[in-house]
Parts: sequence; structure tokens; C-alpha cells
Amino acid sequence: MSSRSAAPRRLVGASASAVPVASFVSGALVVLAALALAACGQRSADPAGPLVVYSGRNEAMIAPLVEQFRAAHGVAVEVRYGETAQLAALLLEEGARTPADVFLSQDAGALGALARAGRLAALPQAVLDRVPDPRFRSPDGRWVGTSGRARVLAYDTRALTRAELPTSVRALTEPAWKGRVGWAPTNASFQGFVTAFRLLEGDAAAAAWLRAMKANQPRVYKNNLAIVEALARGEIAVGLVNHYYVHAAAKGRSEPLPVANHHFAKDDPGALINVAGIGVLAGSARPAKAQAFIEFLLGAEAQRHVADETHEYPLVPGAPPPAGLRPIAEVGSPTIDLSRLDALQDTVRLLQRAGIL
Amino acid sequence: MWRARDADPAAWDLLLHPRTLDLFTRTATLAVAVTAVGAVVAVPLAWLTVASDLPGRRLWTVALCLPLAVPSYISGYVLLAAFGDGGLLDRWGWPRPDVYGFSGAVLALTASTFPLMFLSCRAALASQDPSLVEAARALGRPPGLALAAVSWPPLARARGSSGLVVAFYVLSDFGAVSLLQYDTFSRAIYMQLEGAFDRSLAALWSLALVAPALALLVLSAVAARRGPQARAGRAATRRPRPVALGPWTAPALGGCALIVAAAVGLPVAVIGWWAAQGGRGGALLDPALTSLTIAAVTAVVTVVGSLPLGYLAARSPSPAARLLERVSYAAYALPPIVVALSLVSFGIHVASFAYGTLAMLVFAHVVRFGPLALGTSKGGFAALSPRLGEAAASLGRAPLAVATRVALPLLRADLAAGAALVFLSVMKELPATLLLGPIGLDTLPRRIWTAAGDGNFAAAASPALVLIALSSLGVALTLRHERAAEQAA
Repeated sequence: MSSRSAAPRRLVGASASAVPVASFVSGALVVLAALALAACGQRSADPAGPLVVYSGRNEAMIAPLVEQFRAAHGVAVEVRYGETAQLAALLLEEGARTPADVFLSQDAGALGALARAGRLAALPQAVLDRVPDPRFRSPDGRWVGTSGRARVLAYDTRALTRAELPTSVRALTEPAWKGRVGWAPTNASFQGFVTAFRLLEGDAAAAAWLRAMKANQPRVYKNNLAIVEALARGEIAVGLVNHYYVHAAAKGRSEPLPVANHHFAKDDPGALINVAGIGVLAGSARPAKAQAFIEFLLGAEAQRHVADETHEYPLVPGAPPPAGLRPIAEVGSPTIDLSRLDALQDTVRLLQRAGIL
Repeated sequence: MWRARDADPAAWDLLLHPRTLDLFTRTATLAVAVTAVGAVVAVPLAWLTVASDLPGRRLWTVALCLPLAVPSYISGYVLLAAFGDGGLLDRWGWPRPDVYGFSGAVLALTASTFPLMFLSCRAALASQDPSLVEAARALGRPPGLALAAVSWPPLARARGSSGLVVAFYVLSDFGAVSLLQYDTFSRAIYMQLEGAFDRSLAALWSLALVAPALALLVLSAVAARRGPQARAGRAATRRPRPVALGPWTAPALGGCALIVAAAVGLPVAVIGWWAAQGGRGGALLDPALTSLTIAAVTAVVTVVGSLPLGYLAARSPSPAARLLERVSYAAYALPPIVVALSLVSFGIHVASFAYGTLAMLVFAHVVRFGPLALGTSKGGFAALSPRLGEAAASLGRAPLAVATRVALPLLRADLAAGAALVFLSVMKELPATLLLGPIGLDTLPRRIWTAAGDGNFAAAASPALVLIALSSLGVALTLRHERAAEQAA
């Protein structure tokens, strides 16, 4: 009898506490609907609309440039930041329906992949001519380099002197370097370098080098910065990285970084200079704005900003190299068509067959 | 998925390569190890915070959820900074475990996933009818044995579904395994996408990843055949009398403290150290509000959406219902980037009106994190006696009233746990936010990612600290619902 009288009371209590749950749920749904409506209708193929940029380059570097461009040209700009490869995959997935006008890429490979898929429009000759060195732009005029990155051998200055360092990347397979080399096989810059190696010396030579390297037990890292940090910790003696990571790692430190850059000899595949670049999406509704943005990035002001901020090489004649760096003309990058670095497919397969990926 | 058909024949060749089998074994071993270690950690902690008189249970509960809020690149960094070559222990010349490879990957992944099991087990214990334990004790079982005998079935069910989620998390994880240099399927898929822009091959490998996931699902289905345990006659849970720990209080506190220190204290200390290096953070109010709103809305939508599926999964004997539930899990086993790209394809072709809107992003989160809420909802329904609804209906209540007045209050603990899991996961989510969110959407993880990508860890510190603080606030608030239900009873 007592239990029968207890049950209804519990149900009343329960229903009272169920009301806030229901109101919370409906409240959240109203908020969601409002958000969805607010966000609707901002997407359009309107030539008067804002320029839409997909940027694989870091916001800390690009945002001030975008702000300057907006101020100078009165053009509204929207930027989607992301990892270069993921944005390239996004652009391929979106296809002709993409809202993007411009793709700013960390490397020539992603631009090459998009160009191959027919997703990039041809650039005007006047834009291409801003970067006279044909190595640093697409031969069929689909993209143009905005800054250069040299592949180097970074080394622990406490463990090694410059004289002890090899003149060729090929020498890293020698027993003296066993277990002392750091690399990042998943890193796009590294794969670009291996592609250059293949194109310069042939697939067989590249495969043999990779196998010999693997036998020499290199330490694997996620990216270039991780390699420089490992060098600073003394985990490895040398590492295959891009030149500016030493500068980037030194920036936030109170004590000097015990890591320095070493360039391989002229025409060595290890001395490759790759570029970050930009292209306009095929079918963009705002090509004039896109062109103005590219011309702005290739202007003296923006080129200096890139050199100061990231320590990368400007590619436009007359812009001075970043402080403390060897001039780009003295870095012996092998003569190679960077457009062909988009053939990463075969490189990845080679790395897989060698058991590195 | 149809993307896989485009892969060229050489890709199929590679799929049959011996390395693939090797990857398969490595991935499966890792998933099993992380799930097992996670269970060993999570089950005792869940019991301590629900059923014992451990001092500060509420605080411990929130603290033990927080590892879910620590982004994986931070926990990986911490592990390397502490135990890696040239890390702290190395510099002090102390002996240290080898964190590279398998053991490190197990450690890192367990640390970031045990809260998934902890919360589910807690919910299972909290919503259990204490009269069952009392009945067992009245029948002469010693307290410990009574507890073990009665608590085991719902715990096993909670472990089953949350263990599955943990295993799937391991399958999909890329951050920790790449940092600790342990090769898995997910890492191979990333390399295809990132290194070769090859969506076809990545899709093919994703399918290969789904295969072991489906195998796991079948296993779990077999395990779930065991009969359900429902509450006894009463219409509400009530607060059980806590088990006195007595002399075991100190070791229990010590154990909790050790785990919290390792999984939460260490990352927070490292972030604090970054912050001490002094970095300009920028205003964080807007991204914090954005993150909070998206996480809260997604949590609510996901939990509400999980109710019908959870009900079907727990009650309906039809194979279609079971299939529907299983398939929804598959999304959690895939690398986030693969899920995001497939939703891009869906969004731009099928739902173009919503493409690039917040609604699309929330939808993506619901698809990906749905299994987290589904597992707890299903557990809740399984523990709910069908007689209760039938009784209410026979007293003349409409079906809707039965659902909101009888079922919902009793499911509170489970729903709160599901909401907390989804909330925490969304708070730190990155790839889908970047690819599918409205352009310019500013969230806390994006701030951390931007600063860390620039090598500026000092600037990454303040958004990371705010993220963890807000996450703990969110968990505390969500779990209040669980407590409110207990008090109402």
C-alpha cells in the first residue's frame, strides 16, 4: 500500500524536472536554426562579392598581408586556413562548385596536382613575368611562386663543425651517420626533395639511396620543426629540413639555438629550392580581384614581409634576401622543373616499396 | 566510399602487399591493448567516484574527464618532453621508459581515451538500482561480492560499448601514432592524402580500415546477446548508500591523484610553462564563445538524435535496427579527415543550400561523434525496465508523456554522460572545423593550431588553457544533471 502512494509522487517530481530538459533542448534547436539562417546566403558567385582565398600558409603570416591588401585595394577578402594537402583535397572534392577564387599553397606539388586535375586557370603573362626565373613558376602558366625554401642539412653545432659535414646528401648513407640523421618522410617538402632526386638521378638511384638510408637507421619525425627541436635536444646530429626552420625555432628561445644550416654543393639534389605558390581556380567569378591579390603578393612590400616574417627567399628581382642568409643565386639548386614535382604519386610508391612510408 | 572504385589496379596490388597485413596486425594489437589498459584504469575509477565514500568524488570526476579536453598534439608533446630522447628524465639522467613505438602509443592513447570508458561506466553504475545490491546483501552475500555480482552486467555492457568506441578511436587516431612513430592504417591513409593527394587510394585503405571495424562490431553484437538487467520495481533511481572505503581511502586517493597528475596535471603544467614564456594571445572571448556554442549545440542535438537509435538498438530485435546502429559506429573508426572529405562531397552535391554553414559543421560533428552518445543512450535503455513504460501507459499516459515523464528522468545519468563525451570531443575538434565550417570561423583549437604551426607555443598556451578550463566547466555542468536526478529521487 505504501509503495503505491509513493510512486505517483515520484512521477510528479520527475515531470517537474523534465520541463527544463525539454526547454533546454528546444532552446538549443532555436539557436541552431538561427545560426544556420544567419550563415545562409553568404555564398555566391557574385563578381562583386568578397575574394575567397584558401590558404595552406599560416594565418600568422598571411593575415597581416590580407589586411594590407584590403586597405590598399578596398577589396573584401575571406580566408579559409588549413593544411595545404587537406585544402587541395577539399578543392578537388568541391570541384567546379568551389566557392574559392585563389589557392595559396605551401608547395608546388599541391598546385601541380590541382593544375593536373584542370582546376587552375591560366595566369596573365604580366603576372608570370614578375618572377623571371623559370624554375620558380609553372611552365604552362597555371601558378607562380611567391617565396623560396632551400633544402638544407641542419646540424647540432655542439657535436659537429662545418668541415665535418658532407657536400652531398648521398654521403648520409655512410656508416659515420648511422642513427644520427633525422628526417620526416611524411613531410611534403621531404617528398618534394625525393621527387627531385628521382627526376635528376633516376628511379633506381633514388630507390637505392632510400634503402641505404633506411639501413642507416634515421630517426623519423613528424615535420621539420620537430627535427630542429630534436637537434637542439641533442637527439640527432644532423637533419634534412628547409632552411627557415632553424630561424623559426630560434625565435622564441631565450638562449641561442645550437643548430645551424649547411648547404650541399651546387646541383646536389639535397640543395633543391622549392617554392610556395599561388594559383587562381578555374571558373572563379572574380578573376580581376584574384589577379590584383597575386600582384600584391609579388609586390616589394609583401615580398619583404615574407622575408622578414618567415625567413623565406623572395623571388621577385630586387627584393633583398632575409638577414644572415646566403643569397638565393649562390645556393646551388639543381636545374629542375618544379612543376614535375607534382608527380608525388611515384615518389610515395617508391617510399612505400622501400618500407619507409 | 565510391571514391575507392577510382583507385588504379596498382593500388589493389599494394593493398595485397605483405605490409598491409603487417599494418593490420599492428593496428589491431594497438586497439586491443589500449582498450584493455583503459578498462583496467576506468572501471575502478568509475566505481570509486560513484559507489564509494571517496572524499571529493565530484571534483575527481570532472578532473578524470579532462584528458578528453587535451588536444592530442599537446599530450604527445608532453609525453616526448617528459620521456623522450633529450626530455626531462633524460636530462636528469634518470632511467626512463622507451616511449617510441608500441608502448608509447599505448600510453598516450590510453591517457587520452580512458575517460570515454570512465564516463560510460560511471553512467552505468549511477543509473543502477541500488536495491539490487541491497537485495543481494540481504540474501547473505558479503558486501564486496554482492556489488561485484550485481554491478558486473551493466558494467560489462558499458565497457563493451565504450570499449568499442575506444578501439575505434585508436583505429582513427593519427596525431599520437605519428608523433610516437608507430605505424597504423590511419597513418598510411594520411600519407596517401597528404603526400600524394590520392583520394582514391586513401578511400580504398579507409574501406580496408572499416573491415576490422566491422569485425569488432560483430564481436560486440555477440557479446551483447547476454540478457538485459533492468531496474527492480521502483520508478526512480535513488541515491545508494556509499560503500565505506575505511583504510583503503588513502590508497584510493593516491591512485586518483596519480592518474589525474599524469593525464591532466602534466599537460597543464607544460602549457603553463609555455604561458610563462610570455606570448601575445589576442582576445579569446569570441573564439571561446564560438567553441562553447558549437560544442553545446552539437552535444544536445547528438544526444536527442541518439534517443530513437539507442531505443531501437536496446529494444528492437530486428536485424535492421542492429545494422543501423552498427553502421553509425563506422564513422568513428575512420580518420576524421576522411569523414570530413566525404561530407564535403555530400554537402556540395546534395545539401548545397547548407554547405559552408554552421548547420553543416554541426551535422558533421553529429555524424562523427554520434556513437559516443549512442553507446550511453543504448546502455540507459537497456537498463530501463520495459514494464515501467507499460505500467505508465496502462495508467492512461500518452506515449509522449511516458517518454518525457518516465523514461527521460531515469535516463538522465546516461544522457548526461553522452552529452559530456560529445561536448568534450567537439571542443577540441579541428579538421572538420577548418574544412567544413563557415569561412573565418574562429575557434579555440584553431587558435592553438595556428600558433603551434607558427612554432609559437607561448601564444598557443592561453587558448589551450581557456579550452581546458571551459571544458571542465562544461563537464561539471553536464554532470550536474546526473546529480540532480539522484537528488530528485
